[in-house]
Amino acid sequence: MSAALFSPAAPGASPSASPGSPELRAQFPILARKVHKQPLIYLDNAATTQKPQCVIDALTHCYTHWNANVHRGVHLLSQEATEHYEGARKVVAQFIGAALPEEIVFVRGATEGINLVAQTLGRTQLSKGDEVLITGLEHHSNIVPWQMLCAERGATLRVCPITDAGELVPGAFDALLASRTKIAAFSWVSNALGTVNPVAAMCRAAKRAGAITLVDACQAVPHFAVNVQELDCDFLVFSGHKLYAPNGSGVLWGRKALLESMPPWQGGGDMIASVTFEGSTWNHVPHKFEAGTPDYPAVAGMATALQWLQAIGLQRVQAHEAALLAEATERISAIKGVRIIGTAAAKASVLSFVIDGVHPHDIGTILDRKGIAIRAGHHCAQPVMDRLGLAATARASFGVSNTSADIDALVEGIVAVQKLFGA
Amino acid sequence: MSDLGDLYHDMILGHAKAPRNFGKLDPCDASALGHNPLCGDRIGVTLLLSQGRVTDVRFDGSGCAICTASASLMTEGVKGRTRAEIDTVFQRVHDLVTGKGDPEDPELGKLAVFGGVSEFPMRVKCATLPWHTLNAAFDNSNAPVSTE
Ligand SMILES: Cc1ncc(COP(=O)(O)O)c(C=O)c1O
Repeated sequence: MSAALFSPAAPGASPSASPGSPELRAQFPILARKVHKQPLIYLDNAATTQKPQCVIDALTHCYTHWNANVHRGVHLLSQEATEHYEGARKVVAQFIGAALPEEIVFVRGATEGINLVAQTLGRTQLSKGDEVLITGLEHHSNIVPWQMLCAERGATLRVCPITDAGELVPGAFDALLASRTKIAAFSWVSNALGTVNPVAAMCRAAKRAGAITLVDACQAVPHFAVNVQELDCDFLVFSGHKLYAPNGSGVLWGRKALLESMPPWQGGGDMIASVTFEGSTWNHVPHKFEAGTPDYPAVAGMATALQWLQAIGLQRVQAHEAALLAEATERISAIKGVRIIGTAAAKASVLSFVIDGVHPHDIGTILDRKGIAIRAGHHCAQPVMDRLGLAATARASFGVSNTSADIDALVEGIVAVQKLFGA
Repeated sequence: MSDLGDLYHDMILGHAKAPRNFGKLDPCDASALGHNPLCGDRIGVTLLLSQGRVTDVRFDGSGCAICTASASLMTEGVKGRTRAEIDTVFQRVHDLVTGKGDPEDPELGKLAVFGGVSEFPMRVKCATLPWHTLNAAFDNSNAPVSTE
């Protein structure tokens, strides 16, 4: 199975165009469309990324040439589909530095990955009085599954507090790790504020305390290189759609020994070794956790997206986005009446802000009419908003296709909002 | 920019910045809380009633300009009216913001200013949340209402 099968199929879609270059922007067909008669300025990458042509082509290609159910046929199409699906597993393993492709479980997205761990490992490991530790920066998807689990098991959910700047309170995470902490689950990068957490140190501290670690890498993998072995976590999850890959593709990575020790999650086809009415036996990992027909074209499209991103180079992506974030932070904080929310020392991609006298929802509507797509709201992180005493923020988030010109438009848009509101 | 001008009419901006009848009636005869989970708008409505008519009404909470102005103009428009009369007004407002009404309808009075909302389907719930909350107060349901 050669990785070349996933190479971008579109003629002229050079994968190695530099971030923000016209060649790279030309690979995103959606950037050619107009929004309210204006060119689209897409600054909502943290919600979902747009798809390059090679990823769109990969989906079409699967349905045009290889469509079949995976792991289920002797015929050539099924064999090819299976090769692509399993080949994608190798691409993902290499992308995050996993030791083995079997450690990659394909899921629908980060949410499903976290629920899988909570409902398998969580249910077997957690007893009454045990604790799960999360942080005050989490997306709802890394709060609610643990809340549900704790309620079911009589366990306690502990939350590491954050500062006004949106950083974890120094020392608080370590101090909350106790002998009863069975699971520590935390995001690498906050989707609401952009804070980059010191996850390697957190994993080390949790490990010393005997807790199993799960890292939510949704807002990390699109922006910098990730290596699960260097990080030394136990589980890591991310969603493909935030990483230029198709909707419905997502990854749960777990250490093989841990995955093997866990009970299966959903029951059905593919996850079994044998079935009789008296009982069933489970397939080996990762198939034990992949019941039912998977979204194989989405997975193949994800492999294409990862190879495309690697061809651009994650170091270049990181440098490009850091420069954009620095420029946007400087220019937007210089506007009178605008306040940046989340001023952590280490941030990635995300710029949350509020304008005096203007609700973020109104900011979002006015910018939209200018073709600028941002997010306005609580960003599925209501506890972050509550902690900072806000109902909502406006959020611009950057990706590989953004440029300084996008920041020009955003700054002009903010000034126009203030003008309209007489703020 | 013209449809933005229709949405953010001067009267709407004026009421958003200086809402009328802002606050809480305590004691009150009826109250309710409304919440739009999409954008975080939260509105509280308190009422005084006499013989089926609204004698006083206040709202509080935090919302976007459309929601705040809608609440403010609603409180101005419902004083002295019965629930049945208010239902009719809300129906007209609802029709207006969803593009089914007649912006020239004289019965709307100042509320006609919300006609611009119909061009912004994502903002209809902002305009209707105060009315739903008022209805919930009439029902005297203490459970928060939601636009979802
Ligand atoms: C940090 C973080 N975690 C988890 C999620 C949930 O991702 P999904 O909805 O794709 O499962 C998101 C998406 O917004 C996120 O930003």
